[in-house]
Amino acid sequence: MSPNDIRTAFLEELVKVAPDIEPDTVGDDDHIQEDLELDSMDVLNLVTALHVRFGVDIPERDYPQIATPALAVTYLAKAG
Amino acid sequence: MGVFAMPSLGSDMEAGTLIEWLVKPGDAVKRGDVVAVVETQKGAIEIETFEAGRVHQLQAKLGQKLPVGAPLAVILAEGEDAPTETAGLVPEKAVPGTESEPPAAASIAEPAPLVRQFHTAPIPTSPVVSRSGDPVASPAARKRAAELGLDLSTIQGSGLGGAIQLTDVENAATKAPASPLPASVAEKADVTSSPADEMRRAIATAMARSKREIPHFYVNQTIDLSPASQWLEATNADRDPVNRILMGALFVRASVLAAGSVPTINGHYENDTFSPSIPVHAGVAVALRGGGLVAPAIVDADKLTLDETMDAMRDLVTRARAGRLRGSEMTKGTLTISALGETGAEAMSGVIFPPQVALVGIGAPQRRPWVIGTSVEPRNTVTITLSVDHRVCDGRQAARFLAKFETSMQSPEAL
Repeated sequence: MSPNDIRTAFLEELVKVAPDIEPDTVGDDDHIQEDLELDSMDVLNLVTALHVRFGVDIPERDYPQIATPALAVTYLAKAG
Repeated sequence: MGVFAMPSLGSDMEAGTLIEWLVKPGDAVKRGDVVAVVETQKGAIEIETFEAGRVHQLQAKLGQKLPVGAPLAVILAEGEDAPTETAGLVPEKAVPGTESEPPAAASIAEPAPLVRQFHTAPIPTSPVVSRSGDPVASPAARKRAAELGLDLSTIQGSGLGGAIQLTDVENAATKAPASPLPASVAEKADVTSSPADEMRRAIATAMARSKREIPHFYVNQTIDLSPASQWLEATNADRDPVNRILMGALFVRASVLAAGSVPTINGHYENDTFSPSIPVHAGVAVALRGGGLVAPAIVDADKLTLDETMDAMRDLVTRARAGRLRGSEMTKGTLTISALGETGAEAMSGVIFPPQVALVGIGAPQRRPWVIGTSVEPRNTVTITLSVDHRVCDGRQAARFLAKFETSMQSPEAL
């Protein structure tokens, strides 16, 4: 997957968790909790969805590495 | 024979709008079956029947706004003959109307109708329709369409499965004729408040009543969270994401166990009488994206393990966000737990949800110096504040709840 494909897939899963987010308005450095206001249950649901989609088991200590679209693209590209 | 009536889904509820029937005449129903969906100030709620039998007649029509107690349907017990005169079934307090006219609906002037009423007309050609009969649309799209006075059923969606996105609404707005609003809708638009406004109003009513009627007092305690944090980290490290547990589930479980040993904080206070509850139905305050909150209950939480409690919370949060909570979940709660989350303020003294008599407010965990023996160590701590109804309970019992909570959190493996 190209970084762009990964970004698109990440945003698709993000929007499923928080359907009021418009993917076009999400910036690369937007923090999913501080800027997009996901709570811990949302983050867990996102991690669960990414696990299913990418086959990547994101341990809790790695959560900070998927905290923004830019970070997540790097992390998922490396892990996938 | 039973008249299935618009239920009260909270002390603040006056009326609801019928948006979906899940049964039809002739269907067999059993106790607890969901038979209809009602739009309230707190979103769409699935309504259950508490009588078993067969649906004889649906009396209310989709889109009708009906006061609490208004008849919705007639359910006959198995083997019971159909009554010959159904008009006589209507309770006297509701005004019997013609079929097309909702009983007593005219008497409800306030609050203003929900936005959803704008498109309760049949939607014959809409490509995607949710269970509720509305087109599938993102909340942002729904909000914008309401602001613009656009009928969602006339908009073609470009999202997954034809779901209407914000951009679809914006596009439709630019294509719309100069005066797109039918006069009746335009008139309503002036006085109609958004779902977020309705939610705010419902919270205001319940909380104002609580502070007016309930003499609150508060006890709080800061506890060492390290044992729970370490146990949780180790437990989740071996688990797939779908089986991981959140600290919130430990807080709920510790509250439920503590409630089991302090009966005077678990129950309902109504008509100057406190009725303690043996089961603990744990209300969980869920913040909704876009504002507001609901506190649906995990029914019979005292019979669940920690893992089951986590599953129940996940299910509840998902359905709360999707607007698919059940009527029993809105009314059964016997004690509410409200947590601020992972970051933020260290303590919260919450307002009790009537008719409950206590609320557990949990601050965001903080790194603080902690005295162990004669040394000081940095530790993760959390402050628990119990709000209590002084008509029912005294400080000593409230303090016992906190002590029990703390003990449970020191042995997380036993939760």
